[in-house]
Amino acid sequence: MGLRVLAAMSGGVDSAVAAARIAEAGHDVTGVHLALSANPQSHRTGARGCCTVEDSRDARRAADVIGIPFYIWDMAERFQRDVIEDFVAEYAAGRTPNPCLRCNEKIKFAAVLDRALALGFDAVATGHHARLVDGVLSRSPDQGKDQSYVLGVLTREQLGHAIFPLGDSTKAEVREEAARRGLTVADKPDSHDICFIADGDTRGFLTKRLGAAEGPIVDQSGDVVGSHQGAHGFTVGQRKGLHIDRPAADGRPRYVLSIEPVSNTVTVGPRSALEVTSITCGRPLWNGPVGDGPGSSDGAGSGRGAVPADGSGEFTVQLRAHGEVYPCRFEETEGGLRIEIDRPATGVAAGQAAVLYSGATVIGSATIVSAA
Amino acid sequence: MLPEAIEAMTEQLKRVGNASSLHAAGRQVRRVVEEARETIADSLGARPSEVVFTSGGTEADNLAIKGLYWARRPRRRVLISSVEHHAALDPAQWLADSQGAEVELLEVDELGRVHPETLRAAIERDPDDVAMISVMWANNEVGTVQPIHVLAAIAHDHGIPFHTDAVQAVGQLPVSFSGSGADALTLTGHKVGGPMGAGALLLARGLTPVSVQHGGGQERDVRSGTLDAPAIAGLAAAVGTAVREQEALHTRLSALRDELIQRVREAVPDVVLNGDPDDRLPGNAHFSFPGCEGDALLMLLDAKGVECSTGSACSAGVAQPSHVLLAMGAEAAAARGSLRFTLGHTSTPEDVDRLIDVLPAAVERARRAGLS
Repeated sequence: MGLRVLAAMSGGVDSAVAAARIAEAGHDVTGVHLALSANPQSHRTGARGCCTVEDSRDARRAADVIGIPFYIWDMAERFQRDVIEDFVAEYAAGRTPNPCLRCNEKIKFAAVLDRALALGFDAVATGHHARLVDGVLSRSPDQGKDQSYVLGVLTREQLGHAIFPLGDSTKAEVREEAARRGLTVADKPDSHDICFIADGDTRGFLTKRLGAAEGPIVDQSGDVVGSHQGAHGFTVGQRKGLHIDRPAADGRPRYVLSIEPVSNTVTVGPRSALEVTSITCGRPLWNGPVGDGPGSSDGAGSGRGAVPADGSGEFTVQLRAHGEVYPCRFEETEGGLRIEIDRPATGVAAGQAAVLYSGATVIGSATIVSAA
Repeated sequence: MLPEAIEAMTEQLKRVGNASSLHAAGRQVRRVVEEARETIADSLGARPSEVVFTSGGTEADNLAIKGLYWARRPRRRVLISSVEHHAALDPAQWLADSQGAEVELLEVDELGRVHPETLRAAIERDPDDVAMISVMWANNEVGTVQPIHVLAAIAHDHGIPFHTDAVQAVGQLPVSFSGSGADALTLTGHKVGGPMGAGALLLARGLTPVSVQHGGGQERDVRSGTLDAPAIAGLAAAVGTAVREQEALHTRLSALRDELIQRVREAVPDVVLNGDPDDRLPGNAHFSFPGCEGDALLMLLDAKGVECSTGSACSAGVAQPSHVLLAMGAEAAAARGSLRFTLGHTSTPEDVDRLIDVLPAAVERARRAGLS
């Protein structure tokens, strides 16, 4: 007899095929759809949103076809508190959160995993596109779909109870397999954007929760060049939607350089001013291969493992989802991590995760605090 | 389904003809429908002309509540118990939301009973403005039986039509339409061992609700739609058998249920039995398990071959705290930790043994998983 596995089923094609594969491998699989919204919409509009009634039906139907028991778990309260409220609070503090990453960290591989383990399951399987071999996370062969970045915040303990059955497959292969297995979600559109903002209007969503408050848009010398209706509507690196009437002296487009929530000030400047090479991070977490490195004796399993203490070696860092990858060096500081990248990056926003890789393998991650 | 119902239904499936047609085949089908009407009337203390066939309990409740409200306009008040099934509660709520009705939910005590004084007081606040009253015969969740004939008599003191949803009661308790004094009574096929999708509203002569669906006026001009003769034949056979065997079933099931309650109490000493301990449906045992999530317990028992139910589920299948338990004064957490065990025709003492074998470990495990 295999493991007792809880397959998280969103109603999409990936998690359906993941559940089918793990069941076929001989494990004792139970499908669970996570209800994340207390007031679900009945249908998706296009590719946006999730957790609609339609999604839960699609998940149930997939479980029927696979032949596994299926239940719905109400995680709406936890999701509201740990993901949505966190999202709003992060923007209010001038940072740019990644809610998918937070959901993996706090819901799927925390609240759900804890409950599953308590109920007698051994592991949680999801349809994420990432490889997980002996608890070590690495990139999917499908570069466009790779989700190792949003999983890079999981601890070794969490990864130890995770199964990603799609790790070696491309999205195209998954869709083809779904059709072959008779899963009706085979051609369901991919979900994009933020699932709890169904209309895609993030700024409107934040304004409704944080209120509109007019503030100045200033250039690097402090001159007021425009105004805005709330600093929380902006992200570092953003160019569109600034509505500045006066052109810049050099006629070049201007970008958001920084956001100061206390004075409600948005600073803009030329693209060149966005370029950074030194990134300061907090909350470093090591989840790569356990080796003979100096940090590997950490009893909590959070040591650096095979990663050398001075961060020397061939490492890269990814600074946002589906973002570019930069060769880097890093060193641990007091409670944090400083990352030096070899060529300048732009649009590096506080609140995003910096995920460190050795080749395709995730070795750790940290939360970006500032960059220069 | 009961063998009698399957036989009656399949026999009719082989025949052609529309009960509304005037030719010989039509007349033959009409005869089957009318005999079914007589069987149901005879079994439930009604006249044949008082039987209005519907597609089931939900349609019958909608017809009674909306139809009588509209027929009695300009009266605006609708008095309905707070523990009704959604098939009654939701039409009433819809009348309030979009038709200008004033819906008043009649309070229940901690056992789920509507007290006659509660109804009387509610009526007397403005008797001339009450359009209709609806109180279920027996509760589908906690099994509590209401004093229907007393409540109906109070309604009649004021000349107000009284409807009762007796879906749970027919075949389980002695039900007489004329004896109850109700003006309208809902029943459905699948609760008496008949087919799904077939039911009836018993409707006192002289009472004409406004139609909910319009068309050929097949049923007393208040319900339109081609009659489903095979389903009606199956419904009548099931009602006839169920009522004939009601007393014997009641004796057997209530003894088995009392044993189940006793043994669950021994196995889980802090369990709480919900509903009226004496005046309840013979096959109903409804418990709250302190510290457990009902969903988790259901899943664990399901895996061990014991099938039971949590409260009501919304369309997405997310467990909501039961409105019935909340109306009875339960805390939300206790309401979420509740399960219903239903015994029926096929239940045996071995089923109870099986439950008691697996229950303590399941409760223990669900408690460890806690309330999410």
